[in-house]
Amino acid sequence: MTTPQPQAAHPAAPQTAPQAPPHAAPGYWPGTAPAGGPAGPVGYVSPIPVRKATLMDAVSAEWTKIRSVRSTIWTLSVMVAIIVGIGLLIAAGVDASGSKMTGSTALAGGFFSVMLGMICVLTLGVLTISSEYGTGMIRTTLTACPDRVRVLTAKAIVFFALTFAITLVSTALVAMFDVAMLEDQAEFAASGGEWLKVTVGTSLFVGLLGIISLAVGTLLRHSAGAITVMLGLVLAPLVVAMFMYTESLSSVRKALFEYSIPMLLSVFYGASGESSATSLSGWDPLWVIAIAAAVALGGAYASLLKRDA
Amino acid sequence: MIEAVGLTKRYGAKTAVHNLSFQVRPGAVTGFLGPNGSGKSTTMRMILGLDQPTAGHVTIDGHPFRNLPNAPRKVGALLDAKAVHGGRSARMHLLSLAQLGGIPARRVDEVLGVVGLQDVARRRSKGFSLGMGQRLGIAAALLGDPQVLLFDEPVNGLDPEGILWVRNLMKQLAAEGRTVFVSSHLMSEMALTADHLIVIGRGQLMADMSVKDFISANSADFARVRTPETEPESREKLTAALVEAGGQVLAEPDGGLRVTGLPLPRISDLAHGADVRLWELSPHQASLEEAYMRMTQGAVDYRSTADQVAALAPPPPGHGYGHPGAGAPQGWAPPQGNPGNPYPVLPGEQPNPYAQPQAAAPRPPQAAPQPPAAAPAPASAPADLTKRDSEDAR
Repeated sequence: MTTPQPQAAHPAAPQTAPQAPPHAAPGYWPGTAPAGGPAGPVGYVSPIPVRKATLMDAVSAEWTKIRSVRSTIWTLSVMVAIIVGIGLLIAAGVDASGSKMTGSTALAGGFFSVMLGMICVLTLGVLTISSEYGTGMIRTTLTACPDRVRVLTAKAIVFFALTFAITLVSTALVAMFDVAMLEDQAEFAASGGEWLKVTVGTSLFVGLLGIISLAVGTLLRHSAGAITVMLGLVLAPLVVAMFMYTESLSSVRKALFEYSIPMLLSVFYGASGESSATSLSGWDPLWVIAIAAAVALGGAYASLLKRDA
Repeated sequence: MIEAVGLTKRYGAKTAVHNLSFQVRPGAVTGFLGPNGSGKSTTMRMILGLDQPTAGHVTIDGHPFRNLPNAPRKVGALLDAKAVHGGRSARMHLLSLAQLGGIPARRVDEVLGVVGLQDVARRRSKGFSLGMGQRLGIAAALLGDPQVLLFDEPVNGLDPEGILWVRNLMKQLAAEGRTVFVSSHLMSEMALTADHLIVIGRGQLMADMSVKDFISANSADFARVRTPETEPESREKLTAALVEAGGQVLAEPDGGLRVTGLPLPRISDLAHGADVRLWELSPHQASLEEAYMRMTQGAVDYRSTADQVAALAPPPPGHGYGHPGAGAPQGWAPPQGNPGNPYPVLPGEQPNPYAQPQAAAPRPPQAAPQPPAAAPAPASAPADLTKRDSEDAR
């Protein structure tokens, strides 16, 4: 702020002269002490100490945002209910049927419920940012924090951590039930590494899928559109692959099949087994989804920085 | 201080803001005026770094907003009262913004008190009225106790008490030495609140001056002269004398004369010389509203046409619309006999299309909302609230 100079265009601006707050009256701002002494050329000096905002501030702000909206709580509750509830139902059903689980461990029973619960993460990931565009809240947010990279990074951190934690708890519960009920029917015993894959691996996978949703939400800015795109992304490759009968397309078909989200997830559960056609095994799906998330998030950053809010 | 230099924003073929340069100084309320769609909000968004200008730049204290150190502590803004997530409570909304800006959390309760929302702080903002939404937006703007404040249409949806509160708040914030930039399309409101005006129309700067200068520069001040009604010939005599002396004279429907181009004492002298008695000789100063209308006449994007619904009705018995003269602006005698054109056209002025007498359809008496009578002088009528009630609905 410079000293205002009277100009011809502003002949009658009587209050232009800089002044220390003349009646920053005690009591107007509660808890405000009048600033000590004249403050140089600056017109107004806030008595609240200035602190540089950091990424951690943005993270706590995003955490406040995400927990203070009922739809978040509902969506996450539904997700837990689906993963745990359907996981239990499947375990009970297989247990009652007494059939042999050939070529897999007891943990394989948890695959289908995670597959269904994942849909909630897609929705919530998109809504985390698209609801801000829908309401115009994004402008308020970006006024409070002009560093757009920081805003999106904070959202990504909070959303990833939240989905990871919730998926981890749910899948661990289901895994415990599966092992307790189905151990005797499974062909192989579940090793420690397999435990880790269906809990931590799956949770990382779901969290990264949430990041992709967040990125797609940032790119499209429209809730319904972005959710539709995400559902298509998850389901379409498998469906399309099913209808590719032609011999000439068989390689495309194989790729679509292998890299579709459900098939990637199934690798963690060993459901497709070593004998199946897939070339991915172990922790491979995580790298695939991590690369996809990095690309999507990179696009989201670029779009957020370049486009008008 | 906000400084815009050659600010231009184009959306495809449409130019929203064109080559706008202005400065907003601390210690005063600067009004930002323009008709709907004139580029006010676009300019505000560019100031806040939300939209990237196509050309030119705008800085706050010398920095573009996005490079400001501690932006939330330096600049506070209310852009849109509805720009909140409806499912979040007022308190949580403000808390998240406070955390984002590194502002102590107790400040949230302070600003809730300042805007008077402490009792509904835990209610979800979905149920808020537009006025409550505005208060929440103002609370968000005040959160960082910033030096620069931007308000886009802050009085929309507020009740008279709320409007008075906003007006006093703006003045107080400016008196504390802050830069206060308020956009509005309500001229009457700005007349009472602002010290300085920046007027744009169709995205271009039309005026950048103090309120007082704006009025005197953009309004044709004139004198109202009335001769005794009993002596119609004296009126013609005076008209002839005034025209001869170089004045422009227009007959008003109530029998008075509107004289421009001559000072009051000269008119009196001429009347005396022509041996004409005067019943009235009064100065007329245009209100800010009139000055603004006159200035933005050519720059209005959305202009309504006269409602021709009356043409569909069967020919009315007698004189048509019920109460003649009921809608006439204050200070006007109801037109007597055949009034001719009640809204005379000043020299150099486009004829008001709505004021032309229409032979075919009876015209509602309020079709031309141009108040020629002396409207309250700016800054002299803080109690003039009733009038605004009908105007603040967007």
